[in-house]
Amino acid sequence: MDDVTYETSFEDVVIEPPLVDHDDAYAGVYDTTEGARVYTVTGGDWDTVLAPADGEKERVVVNMGPQHPSTHGVLRLILELEGEVITEARCGIGYLHTGIEKNLEYRTWTQAVTYVTRMDYLAPIANEAGYCLAVEKLLGIVDDVPPRAQLMRVITLELNRISSHLVALATGGFEMGAVTAMTNGFRDRELVLDMLEMITGLRMNHAYIRPGGVAQDMPEGGADKIRAVLRQLPGQLSGVPQMLVDNGIWKDRTSGIGYLDLAGCMALGITGPVLRATGLPYDVRKSEPYFGYDAFDFDVPTVDTCDVYGRFLIRIEEINQSMRILEQALDMLEPGPVVVADKKIAWPAQLSIGGDGQGNSLDHIRHIMGESMEALIHHFKLVTEGFAVPPGQAFSTIEAPRGELGVHVVSDGGTRPYRVHFRDPSFNNLQATAAMCEGGQMADVIGAVASIDPVMGGVDR
Amino acid sequence: MTETPEAPEVSAEIVVPAGTATIPVVDVRRGMFGGSGSGDTSGYGQLVRVIEFPAPTQRPYGGWFDEAADEMGLALAEDGLSFDQAVEAVVIDRGEITFHVRGEHLLAFVRRLRDEPALRFEMCLGVSGVHYPHQTGRELHAVWHFLSVTHTRRARVEVSMPEEHPHVPSIVSVYPADDWHERETFDMFGIVFDDHPGLTRILMPDDWVGHPQRKDYPLGGIPVEYKGATIPPPDQRRSYT
Repeated sequence: MDDVTYETSFEDVVIEPPLVDHDDAYAGVYDTTEGARVYTVTGGDWDTVLAPADGEKERVVVNMGPQHPSTHGVLRLILELEGEVITEARCGIGYLHTGIEKNLEYRTWTQAVTYVTRMDYLAPIANEAGYCLAVEKLLGIVDDVPPRAQLMRVITLELNRISSHLVALATGGFEMGAVTAMTNGFRDRELVLDMLEMITGLRMNHAYIRPGGVAQDMPEGGADKIRAVLRQLPGQLSGVPQMLVDNGIWKDRTSGIGYLDLAGCMALGITGPVLRATGLPYDVRKSEPYFGYDAFDFDVPTVDTCDVYGRFLIRIEEINQSMRILEQALDMLEPGPVVVADKKIAWPAQLSIGGDGQGNSLDHIRHIMGESMEALIHHFKLVTEGFAVPPGQAFSTIEAPRGELGVHVVSDGGTRPYRVHFRDPSFNNLQATAAMCEGGQMADVIGAVASIDPVMGGVDR
Repeated sequence: MTETPEAPEVSAEIVVPAGTATIPVVDVRRGMFGGSGSGDTSGYGQLVRVIEFPAPTQRPYGGWFDEAADEMGLALAEDGLSFDQAVEAVVIDRGEITFHVRGEHLLAFVRRLRDEPALRFEMCLGVSGVHYPHQTGRELHAVWHFLSVTHTRRARVEVSMPEEHPHVPSIVSVYPADDWHERETFDMFGIVFDDHPGLTRILMPDDWVGHPQRKDYPLGGIPVEYKGATIPPPDQRRSYT
């Protein structure tokens, strides 16, 4: 190839060092030729920020995250170390804060479902269920939701619990080096997500549960497809337990670490698998049943090891219990409406599969466009304006995969929520990081955080 | 809707003296459809609706609520407080009990809530803030939810405070679980939880100005153009309330 000549050679370019106006090697301020000030912060050394306390030779603070692959998303851990031992662990959160709660105040009660489903993105159905239950409490229609809608809610909730726990096992295993647990977990989760996609139309962020019922009925043959998956799953799922439950390496790696006992859980408000691993069979589905959970025969698994291994066992057993609930729910499914009879609340249109994919049901379009002016007005008003909810406040709790999800909803009598607050279990449970990690090994932090299974979308909202 | 001369006279003033047991009017709304400035062509502009929150409940409350309130009264007496001193009002609505507690007695109240064997609310499910700009003198509310695993009961505690002095005692010394929740409520509403071990912002950046979930804090957003029409940002669209 011929020699290529460039108009300017790089030798002509003079790179001037920035005019740093103090001695800090990591942060500086300099003025550009355009007259703008540029601040650079490139990390730092704690010595320049904070002098070591008297008698302390060295203070090592390690910043883990927010981009560390083992911290379950954008969680930042600030660890103070003495050798390999953690002396202080702090969490930095907020990197995924998107202001969902504020946004809800500018949408109708129904539109809000589309937002809340994006909070804890591994348990979208649980977010929707908690929110809709609170709205239904405000509307006073909790008992009016038809049985088929309640069963559809239970079915999607339990499918979601399985998929969420599979991710917990997969990522938890992966973070501690069990890569096969990860590949198996994600493979099996895809089966469950296929079922959720069949019911709701989407793998995640479903916006399926709506105030008053669910968005659409189970598609034809849906129950049989879920039954087929329920037959297939146990065989496939058994791989991970077979590999890990009695695996000496796994047990050594997880037993006795991330210890948090019942008193600690109560003080820190910890719920879900972490609480049940201390031996307390507290599950909102049993203690205060919603959506007709009292009709199902299932167990609340507990162990009393209070450690990461115990939480791992609980999650495996909860998957089995969810499959038990699913089988019963499918048997109980009777034809009927999937949304309340009150036409002032129920979404006017239904979705159906057309030649060009999923869309509004043609029967409904024919009705509002060709037959009834009033139906058209009604449809338009309900979709644009929404329904008004009587003033007051309500609090609903459900058992989300990660623990107790509380939703505090305030209405000022309008067609939009006045205030919605999510008490996300991940947000609360992350507070236990310090109690679980301090005094332990650096390497065990990963296991402890993985056993809390925080989802940062829910933590930061 | 623009007001017509023959519209009935209803006081739009919302007067809520601090420390009273009346549960305030939320808003007085006129008209329908949320529009304004386009003239009352429909006649609906004369509609006046007074929006009120559920009123304080008088005894008997029913269910376990009476027993719990009695026990709380007895327990508070040991602290030299009467029930009415500590609690402004009790509201029972939709099967849930709300104790409107005076801020200065909050700590004594929640300590009894946790420790009395007959109450035993072991868990605090966190605090949520609500901003009612219309309620002069008690614009900010902090709302706690408590759970008793022993008795399978839930209770709500609400404290109101003026915007100029948004202080309420922190309950972290009684319920350590409330730590991050109080930080979040401080972050979002500017409610200052006195004696909190480290009341800093938690979700917003440390140098953020303002408290985003207050009602006077704008949502933000830009208009979107689609096929020549402009769709305003969500907080400027018509609201039908």
